[in-house]
Amino acid sequence: MKEKINVKELAKLARIEITEHEVSQFEKDIPNILSFVEAIQEAGGEPGKVNDLHRNVMREDEHPHESGIHTDVLLGAAPEVEDSKVKVRRVIKK
Amino acid sequence: MNIVTMTIKNARESLDKGEFSAQELASACLENIEKEDKNINAFLEIFDDVLEQAKKADDMISNGEQLALTGIPIALKDNILVKGKRVGAASRILEGYIASYDAHVVTKLKEQGAVLVGRTNMDEFAMGSSTENSAFGATKNPHDNARVPGGSSGGSAAAVAAGFVLGALGSDTGGSIRQPAAFCGVVGMKPTYGMVSRSGLIAMGSSLDQIGPFAKTADDAQILFDAIKGHDPKDSTSLPDDFFNIDDSKPKVIGVPRHFLREGVDERVLANFEEVLKNLEEKGYVIKNIELPNFKYALGVYYIVMPAEASTNLARFDGIRYGLSVNGADTREVNEKTRREGFGSEVRRRVLLGTFVLSSGYVDAYYRKATAVRALIREDLSRAFEDVDAIVIPTTPTPAFKIGEKSEDPLAMYAADIFTVPVNLAGVPAVSVPSGVAEYNGSVLPVGFQIITAHGEEDRLFSVAGDAESVKN
Repeated sequence: MKEKINVKELAKLARIEITEHEVSQFEKDIPNILSFVEAIQEAGGEPGKVNDLHRNVMREDEHPHESGIHTDVLLGAAPEVEDSKVKVRRVIKK
Repeated sequence: MNIVTMTIKNARESLDKGEFSAQELASACLENIEKEDKNINAFLEIFDDVLEQAKKADDMISNGEQLALTGIPIALKDNILVKGKRVGAASRILEGYIASYDAHVVTKLKEQGAVLVGRTNMDEFAMGSSTENSAFGATKNPHDNARVPGGSSGGSAAAVAAGFVLGALGSDTGGSIRQPAAFCGVVGMKPTYGMVSRSGLIAMGSSLDQIGPFAKTADDAQILFDAIKGHDPKDSTSLPDDFFNIDDSKPKVIGVPRHFLREGVDERVLANFEEVLKNLEEKGYVIKNIELPNFKYALGVYYIVMPAEASTNLARFDGIRYGLSVNGADTREVNEKTRREGFGSEVRRRVLLGTFVLSSGYVDAYYRKATAVRALIREDLSRAFEDVDAIVIPTTPTPAFKIGEKSEDPLAMYAADIFTVPVNLAGVPAVSVPSGVAEYNGSVLPVGFQIITAHGEEDRLFSVAGDAESVKN
């Protein structure tokens, strides 16, 4: 099966701006890749079967580092900073 | 001193005997880089404190405190963090980013007094098999500058092959250490998943990624692996030491999945492969045919699981906290514009593909199905390892291809990984050793021979690797 792909919608979900040229490029590429990986549908294997190889790794909530020792370095990496906070553009429109 | 032929083992002896100093060794490497790297483009940056590091190593040696890697010049793939230094996964989106901590493997190398020479070129975010997807230009194969060095760790492989360093680290998600090692004629090894900490590795596919070594010989690769392995509480997928119940007897029986080699493999690669097998048989190994019925699904599974994980991992590059930031009216626009300017086209292709296979309505047919088939591939190997001690296949279906040959055709590029991806899906260790050369229109190109063992059986892996590589000498 060749999936019809809504590339613009995908790009919106992935938060990537793409050009019209890329839309037509990816509309070709992605279905090609999907029909290539389609072969796995013939294989056995039950989706959703719990994999018993997984194990949880727990640790005590202890030994915090001294507050503030990494603040300057991490803030220094941010494009925009105000009063030891990362500054961002508006998130919610009025 | 000839860095092109020198091994880590030789260098250790010479350093310890005082035949040359770590500073002289580092200078010789820097000279080679200065002279040759303009043709190869293996390095994105040479660190400014190489000679200082070498001086410290000389002090360790003169105090008799040297360890296996003290004074040994090593290169790092540009997705491994060194505190205070630039790192960028060869992407524009990490423009100006300086690492705020050391990767676990870097801490270990520093403890040994290794000399970290610089960061090597790669496919952006390790997405590619040719190092053509770097935002900073392609790396060239030292054996033929018109050909690719392989990828994604192409800079690391080329740096070892060209005599710029004695060893290097790369990362392997679907073959990104073994395939460039094969193309450049060096040894490249992917450890068991969980054997080496991923702390401080810029993630691509978190259930597949492992850091591993490049070197000239299996012995040297083992020295590097021994230096970087071990449990790290900062990576919860890193395994406790002695996690596996391993068989450490000398490997004797080698399995060959001949059914998997029937199509698409270059005849010169196959002839070379059979020759190495014959030599291993002469050395006393028993060669057996095995069936790995689900291996044929590996590429399909990989190109679902990997983009799914990559699209999730790369969500963190948003133009807000670090790296490139392109202005916009609101946060969504900042994210969208930054990711447009910062990511190259292969990265965007995989992020979109990953978003699709995880999206509601498709996640069962693609991602969940792929995870289920992945378990079958792992079971194929477990079953095979009941009868054999190691499995061998060529590392790649062909030797190094030409620059530009596959860059417009993503599927042709993906197919180059056919013999390496099953290993990552199963989490077992594997190594590619140089097994000779093949002639292609006047170019003499290295060919790689791949060995796979069961989870945690790295000692047996290196043991077979040593026997396979010595064949060429």
